[in-house]
Order: sequence, then C-alpha cells, then structure tokens
Amino acid sequence: MDKSRRSFIRISALGAGGVAMGTTGLGLYPVSFDDMGVKASAVPLTRTATYCEVCFWKCAAWAYTDDKGDVVKLIGNEIDPHCYGRLCPRGTGGVGMYSDNDRLKKPLIRTEIDGEQTFREATWEEALDLIAKKFTEISQAHGPESIALLKHGSPGKHLEHLFKAMGSDTIAEPAYAQCRGPRETGFAATFGSWVGSPEPTDIRDTRCLVLIGSHIGENMHNTQVQEMSDAIDQGATIITVDPRFSTAASKSKYWLPIKPATDIALLLSWMHVLIYEDLYDKEYIDKYALGFRQLKDHVRTFTPEWAYGITKIKPQDIRRTAREMANAAPAVIVHPGRHVTWYGDDTQRSRSIAILNALLGSWGRRGGFYFKESIKVPKYPHPEYPDHKWGWKELGKKYPLAQMGITTEVIKASIPNPDNPYPVKAWMVAGTNITKSIPNKKLLEEAIESLDFMVVMDTMPMDVTGYADVVLPEATYLERADGIRSATNREPSVAVRLPAAKPRFDSKPGWWVAKQIGERLGLSDYFDYEDYEDVIKWQLEQMGTSLAELERTGVKMYPRKSGSMYLEKGEAYEFSTSSGKIELYSQELKDLGFDPMPVYIKHPEPPAGYYRLNYGRAPMHTFSRTANNPNLNDLKDENRLWVNPKVARILDLRNGQEVWLKNQDGVISDFSIKVRVTERIRWDSVYMVHGFGHTNKKLTRAVGKGINDTQMISSVAVDPIMGGTGMRGNFVSILSENPHKTVEI
Amino acid sequence: MRYAMVIDTLKCVGCSDCVVACQTENNVPVGYCRDWITEVVDGSYPNVELELKSERCNHCENAPCVRCCPTGASHIIDGGIVLVTPEECIGCGACIESCPYDARFQHPEGYVDKCTFCHHRVEKGQSPACVSVCPTNCMYFGDLDDPNSEVSNLLRNRKFKTLAPEAGTKPHVYYLI
Amino acid sequence: MQEELFISGRDIPNIDPYLQIWHWPISVYLFLGGLAAGIIFFSSVITVLGKDKEYVGAVKYATLVPPVALSLGLLALVYDLTHPLYTYQLYTTIRLESPMSWGAWVLLITTPLTFMWVLTYYSEFVKNSSKRIGFLVKIEEFLVPYRKQMAYALIPLSIILGVYTGILLSAFNARPLWNNAILGPLFLTSGLSTGAATIILLAKSSAERHLFTRIDLALIVLELGLIVHMIMGMHAGSQVQLEAMQLLVGGEFTLMFFGFVIILGLLVPASIELMEILGKKVPAAVPAMLILLGGLIFRFVMVEAGQITRYLY
Repeated sequence: MDKSRRSFIRISALGAGGVAMGTTGLGLYPVSFDDMGVKASAVPLTRTATYCEVCFWKCAAWAYTDDKGDVVKLIGNEIDPHCYGRLCPRGTGGVGMYSDNDRLKKPLIRTEIDGEQTFREATWEEALDLIAKKFTEISQAHGPESIALLKHGSPGKHLEHLFKAMGSDTIAEPAYAQCRGPRETGFAATFGSWVGSPEPTDIRDTRCLVLIGSHIGENMHNTQVQEMSDAIDQGATIITVDPRFSTAASKSKYWLPIKPATDIALLLSWMHVLIYEDLYDKEYIDKYALGFRQLKDHVRTFTPEWAYGITKIKPQDIRRTAREMANAAPAVIVHPGRHVTWYGDDTQRSRSIAILNALLGSWGRRGGFYFKESIKVPKYPHPEYPDHKWGWKELGKKYPLAQMGITTEVIKASIPNPDNPYPVKAWMVAGTNITKSIPNKKLLEEAIESLDFMVVMDTMPMDVTGYADVVLPEATYLERADGIRSATNREPSVAVRLPAAKPRFDSKPGWWVAKQIGERLGLSDYFDYEDYEDVIKWQLEQMGTSLAELERTGVKMYPRKSGSMYLEKGEAYEFSTSSGKIELYSQELKDLGFDPMPVYIKHPEPPAGYYRLNYGRAPMHTFSRTANNPNLNDLKDENRLWVNPKVARILDLRNGQEVWLKNQDGVISDFSIKVRVTERIRWDSVYMVHGFGHTNKKLTRAVGKGINDTQMISSVAVDPIMGGTGMRGNFVSILSENPHKTVEI
Repeated sequence: MRYAMVIDTLKCVGCSDCVVACQTENNVPVGYCRDWITEVVDGSYPNVELELKSERCNHCENAPCVRCCPTGASHIIDGGIVLVTPEECIGCGACIESCPYDARFQHPEGYVDKCTFCHHRVEKGQSPACVSVCPTNCMYFGDLDDPNSEVSNLLRNRKFKTLAPEAGTKPHVYYLI
Repeated sequence: MQEELFISGRDIPNIDPYLQIWHWPISVYLFLGGLAAGIIFFSSVITVLGKDKEYVGAVKYATLVPPVALSLGLLALVYDLTHPLYTYQLYTTIRLESPMSWGAWVLLITTPLTFMWVLTYYSEFVKNSSKRIGFLVKIEEFLVPYRKQMAYALIPLSIILGVYTGILLSAFNARPLWNNAILGPLFLTSGLSTGAATIILLAKSSAERHLFTRIDLALIVLELGLIVHMIMGMHAGSQVQLEAMQLLVGGEFTLMFFGFVIILGLLVPASIELMEILGKKVPAAVPAMLILLGGLIFRFVMVEAGQITRYLY
C-alpha cells in the first residue's frame, strides 16, 4: 500500500495557512507557503459503513478507502453505543487484517506428494465440490448430525444456517465452554437471565466497581473501558481482586492480592459481612429474593478471619471493602467477568458473584446492572429446518445446565468409541483457531486424527489450518457483507456491515461459501438470494428503515419496548427463574445433585519448583487472531513471561532472558519466551499474554514468537454443572537451558 | 494561540490505540511510530504503583531541534506546532541528536519525521487522531491561551508534570498525575 | 525495584535501543576539519608574522593538506546525509543559532581559500615552466600579492572551523556526554595539535620541527588539562552526566579512551616530544603519527559514546 507519503506531509506542512515562523534566520530564499496554497486535502477518501470483527464487541465503524480501493483508515461510528466514535487499538488496526500479505489466498486441498502430506492450491469449484461430496457421503453413512461445526463470530452465523438446513445441530463455539459459559449458567440460576454479551453493567453510573480477576483495560471491551474511565472521573471506587497487579488494579482504591484459586472464600466472607453487619439491601431482598434464611445460615461460619487463612487477605481489608460496596449500593457492580473457566467450580463462583450482587441490590438498578434489550432482526424467509436425531444438547447431556454446545464434548465424540451413541465424523471450523482455544492438545489431536473430513475457513493461515483437508480463504470483514448486528444494550440498535473493498486475492465472503455449499447439497431454497445485501435490504425494510438510510448513518437506534432499564421503586418484577424470584438458594441446583449455595473447595496448588500459569489479554491483540497483523504486531510481537523478582533471584533469571516452560504433565513448550522480571506478579505464579507461539511458518511475523499458553494447559478441570473447561490449574517450571537441544542417542 | 496536549495518566490504560491511530491517519510506515507508550512500575509486591503514559514530540516552546536545524526545515508555526518541511530537510540528523525526548526519527524516504499534532486536522477544528480515538478519553487538546478551554481548566485544577523539565525545552505536553 | 519500559514495542531503526544516527563519516569529518583548522591557523599566523620564508614546511607543504582534507570531509558529510538531494538548502539561509549552519558557511568560504592558498605556490611546485597550465599561472599571479590578506582572513576562519565542531556537539543538551562547554575549546586544541603534528611530519628544517614540537607539547598539556576538566565536570553533574562519564571511565569505551586517546594519543607522544626537547634523538614521525591516530580515535569515541547517552529511559 505504497503511497506518496511525502506529498501528504508536504501538504500538511503547507496547509498551516500561516507563514513559517522561523527563529533567528536570515531567510535568503524564504519558502512562502501561501504561494503553494492549501491544496485539496490529500486524496479524497470514500467511507463505507461496517462493524468490526476483530473481537466480539462489534463496534460500528466507518471504513475509509482511497482512490485505489484499499482500506486505509477505520474510525468508529459516533452514534454507536458500542464505541461512541472511538475504536479500540484492534479496531483501528483492522486495516492490517486487510493489508496482511500473509493471508490465505487460494483454496487449498490436502494431498500427498512424494510421500509427504502437503497442500495444493485449487479452484473454488474444486474445493466446494469436494466439500459437498464428502458431506453427502458422511451424511448418508452416519447422518448429517455427525458433521459438526466449531465456530465463532459472523462467518459462524452463515455456516450455522447451512448446517441447520443440512439437518445438523452439532454446533459449538469455544466462547461457551472455554470462556463465559459458567457465568451464564451461574447468573441464570440466580436471576433467571444470562449476563450476555455485551455485559449489561452500568459502569458509567456506578459508585463502586468490584473486579474479580477481571482486567478491564488489558482486555479491551470497548464501552466498558470507556465507562470505567468515566467512573474514575466521577470518583468511583474500584476494588480489584487479582493475584497480579493489573492495570485496573493500579487504578483501584483497593487491590486485594488474593492467593490464586481462593476467590469463592472471599466472596462468601463478603456475603457474611454484608448479612451479619446488616449492610445488605433488606428491601430489595425482601421483595425480590428467595432463600435468604438458608443463605444466612450457610455463611455464618464464613467469617473474614476464616477467609484470611485461605485467601491471605487481611480481615480488616475484607470488612472495609464490603462496607465500601454496601456504601455505594445499589450503584455497585460485582463484575461477572467474561473468561471465567478457571478451576472447575466456576459456575458456583459465578453464582457467588450473582448472589453478592443480589445482596447489594444492584441487579436492575442504576449504577449496577440495567435490563438489557435488543431488537429482533426478522429471519429471511426459508423453509423450516429439518429435524435432527441428536445434536449439541445430547452431546452435552452429562452437563444438565449446559445451555449451548460444549466444544470439548464434540471433540470427545469425534474419537471412535463403541460406547459413543453420537459419533462425530467431520468438522467444519470457521472463525476460530481451535489449536489456541482448546486445552489438552493430546485430546484435540487424537480427535482430529480420527476425523473423516475437516474443513477450515479462515482469513489467515492459522495453526488450525495445518490440520485441515480443505482450507477456504475467507474475505475479511472489510471485504464482505454480513448479518445485521443487533446486540443487547441500554437501548436497541442495529448496525450494518457492507463491503468496503473488493476481496483480496481469491478470498470469498462466508455467506457465499455457505450458499455455494448449500446449493451443491440441494438446499438452494434456504439461500433464496443472489447477494447477501438483498437479505440485509429486506430485513431493514421489515424493521422500518432502509438500506439507503443505514448506508448513510451506519447505525440506527430504536426505542425500548420492554419497559424501564431499571426497577421502579416498589415495582413488582418477575424474574425468569422458576420461582419468579432471585434464587439465593437454588432448588434447581439441589435437585440436580449440586450445591444449592456455593461452597469453597480447595484446589491443587503448585508443587515445589513450579509456578501457577496465569494468562490474560493485551489491549492491542485479540487472542491469536491479530498476532500477525502488521499494524498490531508492530505494537507487540511476542508475549513475555512475568516473573517475580524473588523467583528471578532464586532461579538466576535476568530480564529479557530466553526460557522454556515445562508443565506438571511433562509438556514442554515448543518455543522460548523472554522473561520480564516485575513486581506486578505474585511469587507463586507466572503470567503471559495469550495468543502467541504460532507454529505455522506462513505467519511470517508471528511464527515462533513467544509461547502458546494453551500448549501448556494439559490439565483441565471440568465444571460438572455445564461442562466448562477450567484451565488455570496448570503449573510450570522454568527452564533456562533449551530442552530441545538434547539429542537422543 | 498556544496548542497543548494534556494527558490524564490516572485514566490511561496503555492500550496503544493512539499509536496505531496515528499510523493509519498519517501513513507512518510500519516499524516506525510518532508516539509510544511507556510504563513505569515502582515498589515491591504487593505495594506496587504503575504509571502509563503516551509520549510523542512535545512541541516545545524553546525547541532545541528548531534551534539547531541548519536549513530551517525544522520550524514552528502559528499555535506553537513544530513541523518539518521535507524538501528543506537534508537529513543531517542534528535535530534527532538534539531532542531530549528522542521524538524524531529518519523516515525511510530520507527526511526527518515526527508527531505534527495532526495539524491538518487541527486547522479544520478537529483534534489530533490520537486524542479522537483514545478509548479512555484521557487525552485532551486545546489552546492554552484561552482561559476557558478544557486544557486550561485541567491545568488549573489538577496536579501535572512535564517530561524532563530540566532540559529547559518548555514542552507543551502535560501529564495529569 | 523500578521498571521502565516501552509498551508499544517502540523499536525505530537507528533510534532504539540507542541512537545510531551519526556514523564514521561524521567522526572522520570532525577529525579532518580539526586537522585542516590547525594547519591553516599555524600557516596563517606564520605568514602574518612575516616568517613564511623561515618555516616553509608549514606554509607551503603542510597547506597542501587542508584542501584535500576539507574536500574529503565535505564528501563524508554529504555521504552521511539521508536526504542529500536537498543539500543546497544549507546555503539558502544563515541560521545564527545553529552551529551546523555556521559550519556549512565557514566550509563554503574556507575551502576555496585553501585551494587559492595552494595556488599561490603553484609555480614553486611545478618548477618546469613548460608544464604549467596557463590560466592557473594567471590566477596565481593575481593572488600572490594578496597572500597576507588571505592569511588575515584565514586566522579567524580556522579558529571558527576548529571550535565549531565542538560547539556543535556541546549545543545538544539532549546528549549528556556532549553537553558541556569544554567541548568547543577541547576540539579546537585537539585540532591545533593534530595540525602541528602534521606540520612536524612535513617540516623542511629541524628548526621548524623543534618549534612545532614545542608548540605541540604545550597543546597536548592543555588538551590533557581540558579532558580532565571535562571528566571532573561530568562527575559533578547530574545523574545522566555521571552515567555518560562512566561510559568513558570504567565502561565499554574505557579501553578506547584511555588506551588509544589518552595514553597512546597524548601521554606517549608528549613524553617522546619532551625527550626530544631535552636533546635526545628520537624519530619525529612517531609522536606525530600517534597524535594523529589519537585525534581520530578521540572523535570516534565521542560520536559513538555520545549517542548512547540519553536523557530519558
């Protein structure tokens, strides 16, 4: 994307409109800027309405393209409630996704040359024909249910439609069982409603924000970061509970450096303080909640002194923070977090957070949690989906409260097993790099080995493409149209995504891929349109607006229909639980054989010489998706291992030294990582940012940089309630010598 | 007219949006940056403090880079913005050596480049790209000579510091602490 | 423990982790400029004092060096520029606050003058009148009567030439190693010393050689004094200056600085010259070569080490 930079700066230097004010200079030939004048400001740019796909927040944006048709700049949509005109660094760096020349360019089909397996380039015809052929074969032999879809984001939606039309409901996304699943179940069991996405946290009006391990500011949940900043401006108190001194912790009035894996103890002791010091919202509990007496009994012995022994947080700090929360109530948020699959009892921990919020009376109150609403986008007409004999529900039936497909169950069902009634034979993977999101690499590889067929659709040659039989190059979000975004928020809004540039190389949009496969499978009735923009146009017209209007504005707001955002004083409100009330004591859980109220369970601690592996996010990256993006790679091209100075002294580690990791199961990291000696991490843990350590050489900027933390996660603690995979129970030892250099004789 | 930038370190999370927005707005080649983020950690666990700052050319009033430029390519325009005229720059590097903030660099096309306070946007009444994109709204830009501007108000009501004040450069980027 | 780091991976070529903007061409130019300044100064003073027939080596033979040195130096400078096509911009303005501007103009005036000086001895060099080029002889005839005026003009020019290289560096308050006022006089003294050393090498009579040995010894003593002064000043300065000094004394440049610049470049030649003054027979070329080497290495060290020192980070 080489442009004449000089002409741009030259014009900007001239366009000052004033003569240069030099210091003492005998300008012999003064350059008169007025002569050269203010030229037409640079190259005129065209803007197209879109919404970002770099992460799940889906901020609406304007994509600016130059006269060559290349995307040069992305600016947030001013009226969008997801970003208020300010994109996060990943969104701004989205141009890199478009310009990255390491992108997948042509469809690839696995073949064997000279005994070695490799990919050969193919035409779309060939690739799509092969997929349709294999899908038909496997459908006929094992039923369409045996073809699974592992997905994420917008491409996933199109393929989900295809799969359902095919007759398969074997659909799962890592975002459930590897990320936010437990909190949805935990909050549903308490308030009858998922937390959802984006979270309905009223941070901008809160007086107290409590973060349990959540690292807002390092995660870049756009409006949450913006609102946290507003809250800081208004003097709100932030309480951070984290063994690591996160950025949020540095802006907190109280940072509780908790011992890892002991959060439930702290939460229970907070409940104790609120209840026994009479600080909880009596009126709210009396009116809306069930099971208070049982809860009171339950937390009687969970005193701050008891919690101190477990969490290492001083009792007076526990009391002080509880009082601070109560002081701010109901404008207080005990944040549910997002990635909560930690130790296997995560649904119960989320329940504790939900119960705390209930005691503080924050659910449905200003400064706490608002009642979110979205507008329904009408479905484009298509025939009814055929019935399926089994799907994600059956695969996950061991986990009674699983409310979405569990990826790990789909993976397990792919391993041939005579006792498995639901055999999965083929996968389509779209929009997710499962080698980085699914822990327990052995299980994943065993499953992939056993598959009859695997298709991967992606924009970049991520590590997962190395396992596929067919690789489809997807056009990036800047080059395609996708479904109308309608997410829950304070007020309903919709945003459109229209193609800003032509697809580079031979990439194609996800909707086209789904339609092409569908037509080859005889499902053209489900794809009764030529261009996806026809679908968008029809849907917008049904919603009282038009494609022309959205092309102009990008975003449209709608008025709320479900009533007020907050509970009116004394309002009779029915929660969507089976009792209609907030369930502090969950009969539902008890009936299924689980603890009706959360209890603290001790989790394994790192053995001597090992350190707990903690991982998190960096604000300029989205997991592994952006590691190779030229703009974002320029900001951060590798992760570092955070090591406490005490540990560095014991192990004789210097800042910047390359080390390797070996975990409790003997797994050794492929690559090395540089050490960052810092006071910000506890001495029993190490920390690194997730999403690095790529092995595919085609990712020229990302290959071999840093360590893939998922590789070190071989021990998985499964949540019995909904199947979430707890990943923070892995311990690593630090190796200063390269373990791969030892040659075996 | 004295343009200045005020950055609230209490709100900055170091996300580097300002860095990448500047790059896309001003076509800065990948591998170079006109602004950057620094992190300073003090103390020992668990009594730790953290300061995050977004730094760039400070558009100093007493700019050593303008003083030492042999051709006058480095100059100050109305409003106090320090700019470089590419076709007067010979690439001698004196200005780079003279900047205490190491804010300048040699552009691959040969001339010296640095933050321009996005003055092509400022003259249209917009703020610099970094200020408009910051997701924590911690950056402010305005006229110090206007006593009612946001930047004047902030500097009146909050504690602030500048970088390397002992260098005598009179910088125009202020950090609220 | 305190940590200071860049988060957004700032890794600008030639700026991080430390400045690498000025390379060997600059050091070579500083050396050649100082050398030329020294020779021009001495030859001009001798001419003004009317002693040019006595000290022919200085006035006639050594002055062959400055035109070559200045031209090479200028080429080296232009080679180091990254935007060389615009070099002419240097001469569209005079910026009194920029030592580099002074330097550009001084060079513009001095270099032709040194060529003209050499031309005034053209006939004396090309003894065979048939080999002489006509118009050069004409120029020589025009210039010879003005030799004394040229010398008067060249004295201040050579001083400016010798001192401005030091002032150029000392004006950068962002480089702690350079930011002290001693650097100007120090570079001038070093330049004069290397100039004297060249004259010793090209001297045509032992009287000349002895005179300049004495002058050179005095200059070396002065230079040593200034260097000590500079180091003591940095030692008593701010933290960044202390760290800068530690690069030279006890850091990566200690060997180069103490070994080549101080010992081999100053102390050893000084002792040899002292021995000669006391009557012992020594090869005059040896101290002269060492001084030249020391001068060159000194400038290399200052340019490289100076760029490693920074104010922040």
